[in-house]
Amino acid sequence: MTEPQTSEAQTSDPFNNDDGAGESAISVLRRGIGASPDLRRGLRATVLIGLLVAAGRLVIPILIERTLDRVRIDGDVVSVDLTPVLISAAITLVIVLISGVGSWIAQRRLVWNAERAIAKLRTDAFAKVHELSVADHNETRRGVLVARVTSDADALARFAQWGLYAWSIQPTVILGTIAVIAWYSWVLALVVVIAYAPVTPLFKWIQKRQLAAYDAVRTSVSDMLSGFSEAVTGAAVVRAYGIEDRTRERLHNAIGVRYRTKIKANKYQASVFVAGDLFGGIAFSCVLIVGLWFRSSLGLTAGELVACLFLTSFINGPVGEIGETLDQTQTAIAGWRKILNLLDRERELIDPEPGVDVPAGPVAVAVADVGFRYREGPPVLIDVDLEIPAKTNVAVVGETGSGKTTFAKLLCRLADPVSGTIALNGVDLAAMSAASRHQTVRMVPQDGFLFETTVGENIRFGRPGASNDDIRAAVDDLGLGSWLARLPDGLETEVGERGSFLSVGERQLVALIRAALADPGLLILDEATSSVDPETDQALTTAIRRLSEGRTVVSIAHRLATAEAADLIVVFDQGRVVQQGPHADLVIRPGIYRRLHQAWEGNTKRAA
Amino acid sequence: MTAINSEEAQIPADGSILRLGLGLVRRQVAAHPGPFAASVIGAALFALFTVVNTVVLGRVVDDVVTPIFDDDQLDQGLVTSAVIAVIVVTVLRVIGVVMRRYFAGMTAERVTRSTRHQLTDQYLGLPLEWHQTRPTGQLLAHAEGDTEVAAEVLHPLPFSLGVAFLAFFAAISLLLADPLLAVVALAIFPTLILFNRYYSDRVKHPAARVQHSLGVASAIAHESFDGALVVKTLGREAEEVDRFEAAVDDLRANRVEVGYTRAAFEPVLDALPNIGIVVVLVVGVYRIDAGALRPGELVQIAALFSVLAFPMRVLGFFLEMMPPSVVAQARLDGIYEAEIPAPPAAPAALEQGPVGVQAINVGVAYGSATVLDDVSFTVEPGEVVAIVGSTASGKSSLVQVLAGLVAPSTGAVQVGGVDISQLDPDSRTNAVGLVFQESFLFADSITANIDVAGTATQADVVAAAKVASADEFIEVLDHGYATIVGERGVTLSGGQRQRVALARALVRRPQLLVLDDATSAVDAAIEQTILSSLQSTLSMTTVIVAQRLSTIELADRVVYLADGSVAGIGTHAELLSIPSYESLVSAYEEASS
Repeated sequence: MTEPQTSEAQTSDPFNNDDGAGESAISVLRRGIGASPDLRRGLRATVLIGLLVAAGRLVIPILIERTLDRVRIDGDVVSVDLTPVLISAAITLVIVLISGVGSWIAQRRLVWNAERAIAKLRTDAFAKVHELSVADHNETRRGVLVARVTSDADALARFAQWGLYAWSIQPTVILGTIAVIAWYSWVLALVVVIAYAPVTPLFKWIQKRQLAAYDAVRTSVSDMLSGFSEAVTGAAVVRAYGIEDRTRERLHNAIGVRYRTKIKANKYQASVFVAGDLFGGIAFSCVLIVGLWFRSSLGLTAGELVACLFLTSFINGPVGEIGETLDQTQTAIAGWRKILNLLDRERELIDPEPGVDVPAGPVAVAVADVGFRYREGPPVLIDVDLEIPAKTNVAVVGETGSGKTTFAKLLCRLADPVSGTIALNGVDLAAMSAASRHQTVRMVPQDGFLFETTVGENIRFGRPGASNDDIRAAVDDLGLGSWLARLPDGLETEVGERGSFLSVGERQLVALIRAALADPGLLILDEATSSVDPETDQALTTAIRRLSEGRTVVSIAHRLATAEAADLIVVFDQGRVVQQGPHADLVIRPGIYRRLHQAWEGNTKRAA
Repeated sequence: MTAINSEEAQIPADGSILRLGLGLVRRQVAAHPGPFAASVIGAALFALFTVVNTVVLGRVVDDVVTPIFDDDQLDQGLVTSAVIAVIVVTVLRVIGVVMRRYFAGMTAERVTRSTRHQLTDQYLGLPLEWHQTRPTGQLLAHAEGDTEVAAEVLHPLPFSLGVAFLAFFAAISLLLADPLLAVVALAIFPTLILFNRYYSDRVKHPAARVQHSLGVASAIAHESFDGALVVKTLGREAEEVDRFEAAVDDLRANRVEVGYTRAAFEPVLDALPNIGIVVVLVVGVYRIDAGALRPGELVQIAALFSVLAFPMRVLGFFLEMMPPSVVAQARLDGIYEAEIPAPPAAPAALEQGPVGVQAINVGVAYGSATVLDDVSFTVEPGEVVAIVGSTASGKSSLVQVLAGLVAPSTGAVQVGGVDISQLDPDSRTNAVGLVFQESFLFADSITANIDVAGTATQADVVAAAKVASADEFIEVLDHGYATIVGERGVTLSGGQRQRVALARALVRRPQLLVLDDATSAVDAAIEQTILSSLQSTLSMTTVIVAQRLSTIELADRVVYLADGSVAGIGTHAELLSIPSYESLVSAYEEASS
């Protein structure tokens, strides 16, 4: 039986809960740019693009004005002063071309820097995940952690290439346009600004609703996915129990909810987009009325007024797009904040530099007043005191949830005790150098996770650089030669995703060989609970016996036979060590151990 | 690390992508014509009034601004009608945009919804063999990502069609203004389209590579975080980071390539209409000078150009989105192609009471690997039969065949004298209770997990839980039988899960109970209690895959499997004369002692 993860799963999840959800976008941006210096370089390129594109666009209305003002209307005779128009046109063309080439170069720079920044962010976040203590690694959080380096970073990457570009152009075009109008007439510029003013509160209002709509979409998506997940992972149960219809109905419902939430969100998106157009019409009318009414006091020519009208209609597009970009930005910023929060997490396990090295050989373990809890969870270990002499074979016994697995994790420093110390050969575990710790302490986990490569490579992880001969020698030492011989391609056998081509027992064999290769002074074994077929089980027993020789061994015993054979039995109950001593002593004293042993003995006697 | 599980980016040969994409779009639109039509009408409305807007601008210049400046006389009626025209055109255009966007979204969402419904039916209807050969993650990715990506091409579609309208209305408006200038101006359309084509051809392959390298990076992250404990104990963090970094670097290189292509394309798209305007203005002033064009008309044409850039870009989006949509749809089609087996034409029902089960020359093969070969035996009604065999002897496959979950490749299985494939599916699932070693719980209450069909009374549920020795631990949970378990609920231990799963089978009072090592994680003592209460409280036939000696000894008879064939049938005592059986069982004995 595995230690339940509930104590961890139910405490607040530091990655999922949106701590700092109220944090402003600006503050996230500031933190984000601080974390990615490449982005700052990219930002300069971004501003440059905006200016260049805006310049390319704004010369056009000016050219129109220059052109119209060279048109002389004399009654019915219309003539044009051609030369100045041609000169203006040539200048305009040159500016358009320069702006195009400049924006091309600037965009390349932006792409290069942004992509570098995001690649680095991904790698940093990935490295950070591996620095987190085991308390942060469990089934429910794993998907979340993967999302940080994939989808969250993707949203940001999309934003960096497209969103930043949009942000650089739209405000510049809007401000630049207003500036040119102001150059013709500051009054008309003011009219434009006033006409567009209601856009800001309107956007805010819509945005609030839009965010709520997106929340609903996210919830409905995850409901739908868990529905699909049930239909797929529970395929055998669904068929065996003939509950296809019930499952279908539920899933169709969830799909329907997801559809409705999405349609609702779409409604807001569509309305944001048209705000620019709508206010554009109003602004245009206002400029027309004011421009005509006060034409003499503003001192405008007809061409200038037309240029202003033309310029006013330029603002529609960017304003509408800003609504859209805002939307994208929101998603990107949310992802960014999550990544930054991950990066900002303090590293809990810091390897000392330089650390103390513990010489090779069997290790004595001293556990003094150790207490532990997972984050804000209830205490999992309380006042654990234990002396394990070198070369002792210890069996840790206890019911599910007694804290025995957590205890084993602390021995390999997968987490640090909240209070108290653990010392190996007199050296505080936290003061040991990482290299020495990895060399000295090895854990063989219950479900030996294997990487998707060959058996040989998986074993080699135990000691990088080990030759195939080294591996074979270790295999033979553990008496596993015949097992290896049975594998279709020997050491070259592929193990599949997570090692799924091998049985649970075989995966543990690989983990044992891996440990043997490292020749640790302290071996921590988490016995497999799920049933292992008899042949493999025998192989495991032999391998464990041989591997244990001459080492200190701590076994998380799920079988009392293991406990019976141990030099020392430590019984955990509700996080405390309640009994310790050799089997012969414990079995005659009333207590948890005797009770467990009697139940087990009764069963095997009846069976045998 | 070698083979990372990610699908190769599969892009059909050049040219065919457009054909496939248009075919896909046609299929999707045909299924939801209503919203699509509404959205196209919106797009047309938008296009029409965008052009009308430029005409209004031109008329404002010629008929309002110029005369007023010339005569220095403000005609209020003229100004009022100009303002009304501007507002009306704007409102109509806005209505067009809202319609286009809202209904385009609706079309895509409806397509996604029906794709998901279809996928649900396939996932639920296809036989277990089909599921067994496909990774869960992939099936979920189809349901989440592919369904959406396949419909994404629909978002820019109405706007792209709108571009055609736009080009049409623009051409008319230009021709009406000045035929010569129209010819010059209209050259811009083919140029823009050519550039678009060139761009999407250039970006297609790197875009597919981006998807591929993204898949690789995410597979590495998955694996690495899954094995975080192992990585940590081995001190392999640095190596893992290197491995991920290499994948991210590859991803970055591909993304940069796409980005560079876009960086070259965007300025061209921005500059082309502007260059067009300059050309039009130059030609235009000559035409004005010649008296063939009015200044307002020139303004109108220039305005038309300035609104063309964005729609042209949308056409690019459409072409750009086609390849991913086509590839996603191809993956979905692969699933639809699998055929759901037809139910029996004349389904048979079963008598009440315990039923026997008979395997007749059963063979099971997955691809070229034979798992079971010529397995025959009979289990009498009410009998308890243990199936014993070493790992990979075919026990689990045999159990799935006996319960009718997997059809045998050769031979047949009869339940109560009826071929199992001819049984009414409901009658079969009610009669045969199958419990797996890997107990699957739904994210629902314990009651709902036991009574999955929703037909039992609470008393029945509790009774079943009692027989499965689950009642005791359920009662002490915070909400008892109403406690939500699974994904977002309370986590139960392996043994507890197995007991809930067992109760699920028992609550239906099966006529044949098949246990596939279903109590492996349950404490040996509790297992004995469960098995003995099964026999005393329920009358049924029991087939049990056993790995514990105590369990084997409870059986009336034992079927001994070795390498996919029956190596012996008889009582436990009888079979002990077979040396391999004897050594296997004594290994069990040692394992449990």
